[in-house]
Amino acid sequence: MLELRAVSRYFGGVRAVDGLDFTVNQGEIVGLIGPNGSGKSTIVNLVAGLFPLTQGEIRFNQQPLEDIPVHQRLQLGIARTFQNIRLFGQLSVWQNLWVAQNSPEDRSRRGFFSRWLGGQTQVREEIAQLLEFSALGHKQSELAANLSFGEQRRLELARALAARPKLLLLDEPAAGMNAEEIGQLRQRILDLRARGITIVLIEHVMELVMGVTDRIAVLNFGQKIAEGTPAQVQNDPAVKKAYLGGA
Amino acid sequence: MDFYFGLGQLIGVHTLLGLSAYIVLLTGQVSLAQAAFFAVGAYAAAMLTVLTGWHIVPALGVGSFLGAVTACAVGFPALRVKGLMLVIATLAFGEGVRLLFFNFDYQVAKGDLKVGPLGGEGFRQIRFFPEHGWTTGEVMLFIWVFVGGVMALLWWFDRSRYGAVLRAVGEDELAAQSVGLSLTAVKVSAMTVGGAIAGLGGGLYAHYTTHIEHASFNILMATFAIAYPIVGGLRNVFGTLAAVLFVQAFLVEGLRGLGDWRNLLFGALIVLSMNLRPHGLFGRRGA
Repeated sequence: MLELRAVSRYFGGVRAVDGLDFTVNQGEIVGLIGPNGSGKSTIVNLVAGLFPLTQGEIRFNQQPLEDIPVHQRLQLGIARTFQNIRLFGQLSVWQNLWVAQNSPEDRSRRGFFSRWLGGQTQVREEIAQLLEFSALGHKQSELAANLSFGEQRRLELARALAARPKLLLLDEPAAGMNAEEIGQLRQRILDLRARGITIVLIEHVMELVMGVTDRIAVLNFGQKIAEGTPAQVQNDPAVKKAYLGGA
Repeated sequence: MDFYFGLGQLIGVHTLLGLSAYIVLLTGQVSLAQAAFFAVGAYAAAMLTVLTGWHIVPALGVGSFLGAVTACAVGFPALRVKGLMLVIATLAFGEGVRLLFFNFDYQVAKGDLKVGPLGGEGFRQIRFFPEHGWTTGEVMLFIWVFVGGVMALLWWFDRSRYGAVLRAVGEDELAAQSVGLSLTAVKVSAMTVGGAIAGLGGGLYAHYTTHIEHASFNILMATFAIAYPIVGGLRNVFGTLAAVLFVQAFLVEGLRGLGDWRNLLFGALIVLSMNLRPHGLFGRRGA
């Protein structure tokens, strides 16, 4: 589904991502782990189209992404969340989801006037489902800026889902969450996979990564140092040395 | 009473000017080109009523349309730059349009009189209202029908998905792109709607003053255009109206009795109001 071939991204002299080969298959949950600064978020930003590649190629469902602008990548089915939450704080929870309904289905279903100038029953139903999924129904009229941290994380996930993604890039979704919230997040991720959404999970919370992923790639200094099942990665000496620690 | 009707006309037209910048500001863009779109509407509508004898309503429509077309044309290249660069780009465009009208002569004979724009002399004899026997009060009401219509339209926008999209882009462009919104489409559409509103305001302005000249559409007018929604706040359209009332009715007319002190107080009171209400007279939600 997603294929990165010899992908590099340099920032001046810094090689944030360096000759990376990485593949994600349909229906998988793939973890991307590694120390801070190892290039994980850069990969998400490259796939999402925030900056161009220095070298290499990214393909999504065999289609090269190079010339496709950010907003059109979402229409192909690639949605993301941000490491540092980026909600529309002065819009309500409901409006945050409303403006994010930009999938091809949404666009074709709604005529010009109804799309831009009003809501529809189906739109409302879908937003209601997203609110229920993210347990934010009671906060739908609240400004996003006034939500608690955990609620903001849930809203950001729901906002990404509003675009009906095929591939979801989650950039540290558990950062700052307590154990109970991480448990709920884990269940949500598994629910999404059950719906057929492919997921790339960047995370430092090992309990979550090891618990939900089918496969993990480990990065260090922009290069992949290991890849395999959670058990294989956990026992890899190079990974232990670079990231996980321990004997 | 005519004084108050005249003031009502001025407030109405300045409200349209402010609203033209309001919708652009929602997308986070500061445009100093609104006076130029206002000028395009003013000259176009006035030329149609004076030179070709059109009724004012279709003439205003054409003025508004040309304001929108100009804004759309400016929007595409100008919105590739952001922040201060956009301010300078739109300022340069505004000055270009002003100088165009400074050099614009197109006079035709109408009876004994030659009418039409005459460069630096300006465009006199825009006499649709007096020729048709409209009183000052009727003209004021006519202007406020349009102001009411535009305010209602923008109020509706604010409650629609389009309004939420404008605010989303204004708040975080990167997140807006990431949820599938095209920044160019959103910003250019806001600029175009703003241009249409400015063009309409310009057409009304030309007819109630009966005389326009390039110097009216200067940087001061462009500054007023963005100052109204900023002083009033971007929460809703009433902020802009409140700011126009505050500036034109209170600061300019209300303090007239203070003589020279008025000019001093004018700036001081705007600074004070922005300190007391940093998010505008009608501050943003959650502020």
